[in-house]
Amino acid sequence: MIALALPAQDGGGFTPPGIEDLHLPAILPWGAADGFSKQMLLVILSAVLLAAFFLAAARRGAMVPGKLQFVGEMAYGFVRNSIGKDIIGGRDFMKYVPLLFSLFFFILVNNIYGAIPLLQLPTFSHVGGAYVLAAIVYLTWIGIGVKKHGLRYFKLATVPSGVPWYILPIVVPIEIISNFLVRPVTHSLRLFATMLAGHLIVMLAGSGIEFLVTQENVLLKGASLLVLAGAIAMYMLEALIMVLQAYVFTLLTAIYIEGALHADAH
Amino acid sequence: MNQVTILAAAAGSSPSPLAPNPWEMGVVLISFAVLFYIVWKFVVPMFEKTFAERTEAIEGGIAKAEKAQAEATAALEEYKQQLVDARTEANRIREEARSEGAQILADLKEKAAAEAARITEQAHVQIEAERQAAVVSLRSEVGSLATTLASRIVGESLNDDARSARVVDRFLADLEGNAAQSAGASN
Repeated sequence: MIALALPAQDGGGFTPPGIEDLHLPAILPWGAADGFSKQMLLVILSAVLLAAFFLAAARRGAMVPGKLQFVGEMAYGFVRNSIGKDIIGGRDFMKYVPLLFSLFFFILVNNIYGAIPLLQLPTFSHVGGAYVLAAIVYLTWIGIGVKKHGLRYFKLATVPSGVPWYILPIVVPIEIISNFLVRPVTHSLRLFATMLAGHLIVMLAGSGIEFLVTQENVLLKGASLLVLAGAIAMYMLEALIMVLQAYVFTLLTAIYIEGALHADAH
Repeated sequence: MNQVTILAAAAGSSPSPLAPNPWEMGVVLISFAVLFYIVWKFVVPMFEKTFAERTEAIEGGIAKAEKAQAEATAALEEYKQQLVDARTEANRIREEARSEGAQILADLKEKAAAEAARITEQAHVQIEAERQAAVVSLRSEVGSLATTLASRIVGESLNDDARSARVVDRFLADLEGNAAQSAGASN
């Protein structure tokens, strides 16, 4: 804030980057909307990269894996065991591993874009992608619940057992709101907001450094080093959050699926 | 003034950050769907197949090793048993041979003793027979000799010492001659 407040005395006018700066001009404009953006290119690239990498890693299926296969198996084993098996449970988790696996690495790669110089644009700093993935997960776990328990699932999911009848009028609406209305919103916004905020901070630091370096005052020029140090720290934190959010999104997906599968035990 | 700029930028004229771009949503949906399909149809089955094969290979290897171990142990037991059997057998045979040898020796000794006894007996019998024969022949010869001598002595003058001495000498000479004759005849 000091770095931001200082220029005011010069009257130089520092304009911090805003939401608009997240929307880069389209690479290939067409009539409707914004045309084909960098964002879309990166999303397609992520799917192609992931598919190519994991197909290449899985194809040989050697008993003694090479480096590529080993890395692929580590990545797959992590999602399969630490998320799928541990959360959903031993018997029927295998059915949901493809979804969890695709989600985790799709989000991971699209987040990491934000930490790669030049690319530097996390896909989910635009809310659309987060909505899509959260909607897929939302429909999936409701589908699983209905398939497993029939329409009784909605009663199981909203009426907790062991609650006295006179509290039910309060509890049931809360359960409906928290499970069926708020859950998908928080699921998507958590991912979107962290990516947006992280990206904004990095952009802000970048433009702040640029602004300070171009000042006449030597002290202000020197202050850019402080901002740089802060920016590097924030960059590291962002990189951590990018991985963490991919994990959190996938973990929550697994928890929702598990909740739908075992709605009668909750 | 700057604060205003900041607020303006944040709240600004730009569309709400919560309003999605439908084209982007479409791209994310399609990209994710394609990725999911590939993962579901190819990547996961391939990894699972590898895992299953590896588990099987490791478990099969362990089972094989255990079997080999068991076989080796069984073979070792068998060899040990055979060794013990062979030792017992060898001891038995040695013992048998020893007792058999002792038996043979005893038999031989007994036989030899019997043979010796038989030979000794035979010798005794023969000696006795010869002695008997000698006694018989001596008796008859001594009798006839005595008779002859007596008749000679009686036939000469009994009171003439010289004469009787001559008779005895002559008799002895005759006897010697007879003995030489009989010896020459027997030879």
